[in-house]
Amino acid sequence: MPYLRRLLFLLRISDSAQIARRYFVTNGFDGALAMLGLVTGFRLSGNLDLETALWACIGTAVALATSGVSSAYVSESAEREKALQELERAMAGESLSDSAHARAARLASFVVALVNGGAPLLLASFITLPIWLGARGTNLGLPALDIATAVAFVEIGLLGAFLGKISNRHWFLMAVRTSLIAAATAAIIYMLGS
Amino acid sequence: MTQVKRLSLDVLKPHQPNALQFALAVASLGADYRVSLQVLEVDERTETTLVTNTGQALDYPAIEARIADLGGSVHSIDEVEVHGGEDDPG
Repeated sequence: MPYLRRLLFLLRISDSAQIARRYFVTNGFDGALAMLGLVTGFRLSGNLDLETALWACIGTAVALATSGVSSAYVSESAEREKALQELERAMAGESLSDSAHARAARLASFVVALVNGGAPLLLASFITLPIWLGARGTNLGLPALDIATAVAFVEIGLLGAFLGKISNRHWFLMAVRTSLIAAATAAIIYMLGS
Repeated sequence: MTQVKRLSLDVLKPHQPNALQFALAVASLGADYRVSLQVLEVDERTETTLVTNTGQALDYPAIEARIADLGGSVHSIDEVEVHGGEDDPG
C-alpha cells in the first residue's frame, strides 16, 4: 500500500501523531467535562424533559466539534506555515512549496483539526446516548441522566488512564486524579445549586 | 552507452526525514541503487550531508528530484564516476 506508506511518512515528518494525541486528550477532556457540567445542571433543575436535555446536549456537542475543528485548523495552519518559512530560510532560501514538508504541513493541519473537533464530539456522543435512548422511551433500568453522568465519569477516568499509559506513570493513579477533577466540577455545580 | 556509476552529492537537508529515511527514499529509485549517507554537520534546523549513490545506471535528474521532494537541496556534485559505452563518440 504505497499510498498508506506515503501518508504515514508525511505524518511522521510533521510530528502529527504527538500533537494529535495531545489535542485528543485536551479537547476530549474539555468535551467530557462540559457535558458532565450540562448533565449535572439538568439533574439539579428537577423534572427536566429528556427531549429538551437531549437537544441541549446535541447542540453543545456540535458547537464543541465546530469550535475544535475551526480553531485548530486556523492556528495549526498558521504555525505550520511559519515553521515552513523558517525552514526555507535555514535551507538557504530554497523553496519547499513542492516538497514533502509542504504536503506534510497541509496534512498535519487537517489531521489535527479533525482530532481536535472529533474528540469532544465522540466523547459527548457517548454521554448523550443514554439521554437519547431515554427520550425515545427505552427502559434503561436507571434514570437516563444518572447513566449519562456515569458515562462522563468513566470517560474522564479513561482519559486519565490513557495519559498515565503514555507518560509511563501509574495509569490507575492518573485515572483517579482526573476522576477527582470531574467530581470536584460536579460538586461545585451542586454547591451553587443548593 | 555512457552510464553514471557513482555520484557523491553535497546535500543540505532538514532534520526530518532522518538520515535513514532519506537514504531509503533515494535508494528506492532503482532496484540496484546503493546509497551511503554521511552527516557532516548539524545545526538547529538542517544537516549537511554527503550522499553517495552507486548503481548500474544512475538517473541524476530523478535523484535530484527525489532529494528536492524530501526537502533537501543539492549544493554540489563532489564526485562522479562515469563509464563510457561502445557507441560513445567521445
